[in-house]
Amino acid sequence: MNSARILFSKPWIWSFAATVIVWVVTVLFTGGASSLGLSQAALTFAAFSVIVGIGQMFVITLGPGNIDLSVPATMTLSGTLALKLMDVQDSMIVVGLLVSILLGFAIGIGNYVLIKLLRIPPIIATLSMSFIIQSTAIWTNRGLRIKPPEVLANFTTSSLFGIPNIAIVALILSGIAWVLLEKTIYGRWISAIGQSTFAARMTGIPVDGTRLVTYILCAILASICGYLLASFSGGAALNMGSEYLLMSIAVVVIGGTAVAGGNSNIPGIWGASLFMFLVVSMLNTYGFGAGFRLILTGIIIIAVILVAGGRRANR
Amino acid sequence: MKISSGTIRLIIPAASLALLLAAVFYMQPRAMSYTGLNLLFNLAVPIALATVAQMLIMAVNDLDLSMGTFVSFCACVAATFLQSSPAIGVLILLGAIAAYAAIGVVIHIRELPSIVVTLGMSFVWGGLAVLILPSPGGEAPGWTRWLMTSRPPFVPMAIVASVVIAVVTHFLIMRSSVGVLIRGVGGNVRSVERAGWSVIRIRAGTYALAGFFAVLSGIALVGLTTSADANIALRYTLLSIAGVILGGGEFVGGKVSPIGAVIGALTLTLAGSFLSFMRISPDWQIGAQGAILIVVLALRLFLNRLEKREKSR
Repeated sequence: MNSARILFSKPWIWSFAATVIVWVVTVLFTGGASSLGLSQAALTFAAFSVIVGIGQMFVITLGPGNIDLSVPATMTLSGTLALKLMDVQDSMIVVGLLVSILLGFAIGIGNYVLIKLLRIPPIIATLSMSFIIQSTAIWTNRGLRIKPPEVLANFTTSSLFGIPNIAIVALILSGIAWVLLEKTIYGRWISAIGQSTFAARMTGIPVDGTRLVTYILCAILASICGYLLASFSGGAALNMGSEYLLMSIAVVVIGGTAVAGGNSNIPGIWGASLFMFLVVSMLNTYGFGAGFRLILTGIIIIAVILVAGGRRANR
Repeated sequence: MKISSGTIRLIIPAASLALLLAAVFYMQPRAMSYTGLNLLFNLAVPIALATVAQMLIMAVNDLDLSMGTFVSFCACVAATFLQSSPAIGVLILLGAIAAYAAIGVVIHIRELPSIVVTLGMSFVWGGLAVLILPSPGGEAPGWTRWLMTSRPPFVPMAIVASVVIAVVTHFLIMRSSVGVLIRGVGGNVRSVERAGWSVIRIRAGTYALAGFFAVLSGIALVGLTTSADANIALRYTLLSIAGVILGGGEFVGGKVSPIGAVIGALTLTLAGSFLSFMRISPDWQIGAQGAILIVVLALRLFLNRLEKREKSR
């Protein structure tokens, strides 16, 4: 009884509960035939949302107004650049990964320089930045679709003991993020800044340094995600990141991270990512058209927020 | 001479618009004509209306991420129902405005983050738009077409419309008691509540008003493009937020400026034309738009600093 109450006081429990319900409903329709395939697909696609979602969560934790809109553009540019550089050679895989991480690093610095030096609100700063990144991606891409190196393509599309490799990568990254958030001074700092930037500054927390690192972290995670997504889908496309803008914000908030900042949680991101994918596939299974599918997705998102919500939030 | 801070807030966006306009005229003197101006600012009218709608939401410290899909939805309704059976069309649009009011109430009562609720609503509006117009099509009602393409003497329609929007919303938001209440909720909810006003009603009203302006934006857009599709205005979400900020508005505290918002929308529209006159390769058009946004905001910071130095002297 007591343990149940503790469980239900966790903000992430709702997204997992919703995920299980949607999974059961979908599998019921198909008579249990597709349960393994569905779970594997859900884990794979959720993994991409998880990777960008973690970065976005760190940024949102910094407090009201902090958000990174350059995530989709960063993913696109990173996927495009990395594939072009690797040029189907297996020996270049590591170099490609390093380059995309470096790219994320540079974009993160660029974002924060705009926010800090020009005192632009993060939404506008990262939006302007994303325009520039998107243009660079268009310029590098030139309509060519370069295939990923074979070893990398195989790695991203296969699985280990039934768990997709991508999901394992996302799990490792979440593990690192969890340690960062819960066990290091950095994690305490970003929560403190999110709860009250003024108080954090007064206690001597290096606010600017922490925020810089957070924006860099978010951009690097987006880059890695773009690298993996491009390899997974057999080539980079200019619009490959676009759906991840809303997705990265949605999974953070449905997962129970406070939008007002200062309170984040990583398990919730997994629940929310699985949930978002499963909702769409459930509606697909039941044969709804595109219009109804969108409407129901929206209503379900709002319903989850209504059930899980009611926490204190500024926005 | 004393200048109020509100006026200074306006000078900077107005100056950046003038600068951009001067640059366009310098590069393409033929733009300095009736037709030229009309072409330059034509698409600004729906963007300005959407920006005003976004500004209202931002005045009560919220943010509307469904603006683009909602305007697309309204455009689809305008190009179908409003054209074929006006009564049903008007009813649907009134229903949409009522839905906006309801969203405002729900966000307030359950203390939900507006970003997420409007994010969810953006799926709903997008879905409805796809249901109404699965493929691009429809036809603009005759009267919107007439209104948007009419040619008043001396000053092009786009400019007349922008001025009318700016003046009307200025009186509504900055001069009327309703406007004070709206900005009051953004500035200090508790004091508005203590003064005996119903915050729920104010927020519902603000959202409804924002919905109304967004509906107008959709109708104006269809008047210009003559047909609609479900994705016609998706970029309005980000454009409207950028327009409010460019115009001197802020995310929190009820600090907004309707005239500034309209100017911000005009600046963003002009930036697009400016780039095509510069003969920048299409690859870099979006990027240059981002760069212009950054330059304008840097200019604003510079002028703000200058102003502060003057004050401290």
